[in-house]
Amino acid sequence: MSVDASRNMREILDGIYRSESRRVFATLIRLLGDFDLAEEALHDAFSAALQQWPRSGVPENPRAWLVSAGRYKAIDALRRRARFDALEDYDERAENIADESIAPDGDEIEDDRLRLVFTCCHPALSADARLALTLREVCGLTTEDIAHAFLTGAPAIAQRIVRAKAKIRDAGIPYRVPAPEELHERLDSVLRVIYLVFNEGYSASSGTTLTRHDLSGEAIRLARLLVELLPEPEAMGLLALMLLHESRRAARTSPSGDLVLLDEQDRRSWNSEQIAEGIALVERALPLRRPGTYCLQAAIAAVHAEAPSGAATDWVEIVGLYDLLAQVENSPVIELNRAVAVAMRDGPLAGLALVDAIIARGDLSEYRLTHAARADLCRRLNKNAEARASYERALELTRQAPERRFLERRLAELKK
Amino acid sequence: MKYLCLVYLDEKRLDELPDEDCVAYDTEIRASGYCLASEALQSVQTATTVRVRDGRLSVTDGPFAETKEQLAGFYMIEARDLNEAIQIATKIPPARVGSVEVRPIRPIRETVAARLQQN
Repeated sequence: MSVDASRNMREILDGIYRSESRRVFATLIRLLGDFDLAEEALHDAFSAALQQWPRSGVPENPRAWLVSAGRYKAIDALRRRARFDALEDYDERAENIADESIAPDGDEIEDDRLRLVFTCCHPALSADARLALTLREVCGLTTEDIAHAFLTGAPAIAQRIVRAKAKIRDAGIPYRVPAPEELHERLDSVLRVIYLVFNEGYSASSGTTLTRHDLSGEAIRLARLLVELLPEPEAMGLLALMLLHESRRAARTSPSGDLVLLDEQDRRSWNSEQIAEGIALVERALPLRRPGTYCLQAAIAAVHAEAPSGAATDWVEIVGLYDLLAQVENSPVIELNRAVAVAMRDGPLAGLALVDAIIARGDLSEYRLTHAARADLCRRLNKNAEARASYERALELTRQAPERRFLERRLAELKK
Repeated sequence: MKYLCLVYLDEKRLDELPDEDCVAYDTEIRASGYCLASEALQSVQTATTVRVRDGRLSVTDGPFAETKEQLAGFYMIEARDLNEAIQIATKIPPARVGSVEVRPIRPIRETVAARLQQN
């Protein structure tokens, strides 16, 4: 084969690796019942393709070819091991795998990806382990990438993944989509993992902007996969919420890296494609069932996305959505956000009364955004001394550099 | 009277205790008629804690009994996998006020038997 043709084959294989490797991997886990064996089999299958395809041509169904090649490689590997180590039941495992029928096409494959998501996000694994395992096994990120994104060392992430796999094996965490009666709770855990991945990428608290951005992209890809495979309203709601947040990424920071608040953002730089997709998803999800927390948060983000300016936002609608949200999820943070929306609807005095009531209850007295919100309301009411005290308190509680610069700027303006 | 003998140890020191010794004692005490049931457990890292509060199930990684919670009983169950075990544990009444730790059994007898066969 000429140099060009072999380079060409390399490119074709790279493309197939990108689009198919995670699917093939998910199916191999089901067939082999073991993460590490499946990982090895996946690599063996691609090396076999690299050797054989230049001679025989790319098979008609590359995915099926790779699954079948991976399976045979795994059976071989188990039989080889059986010769050296009679302690483990390698022979029996090889027999079991060889017996099992495979249908590496259509629905079953897509189900395998869903199974993998549910296994990696199983609530019996620690939250950290779920995150690392999902990024590694479902998204195919390397251990180094994950470590980089979470600002820890690769050995720590690797150990987390090894332990999680050991628990999956030893505690018998199954590789299957939960039964309908368990689905609601289990889906919650999957959505939480995806949203954590997204927020890790969205809040540019530390690390390089680039890697963090990639994490948000991964979260959106994961949610898309989930919506495609399991079109539950809350999954759609989460995807919509993330798209609507993501649409403002370019507008959230100034060229110098400073934080720009929602009502000061240049709305022309919002991503209109993401907004349109997000709004369409919200409209699809809301009527399906009594809306859950992600659908309602997405609906709020959609109202903001549709508003021509901060002042011209439909604050009546937003307060109404917060009322519904508070019924679904009773949290002081939601109450605080509602108070800010009330201030926009009824004026800063009404908002301040609500914020002060939350602080008086002691719920959010150590939360930086409570004091930042209070400071802003006081500033708008020309209560400068109180505003200054609250900005100072917020500053004490804030570590993120862009947020600190924002608060310092506001303080300096008040001192003028 | 029936008694439950609970075995505690530092898992790091498990190597000091050959599985063969444990299985030998197990065989002996079972033959004596004193022992009604006995099993080894997988490491504490495989533990999962199940609680039910206000009808809602909470599943967490690890053995997170609160310090004021005391061991009050046990059920040994046969389940297809951890999901099924969790579903069963949910229905154990004390899950509503305390917690139920679900820990897989370690097949110590089988492991030792396989080792003997190999030698």
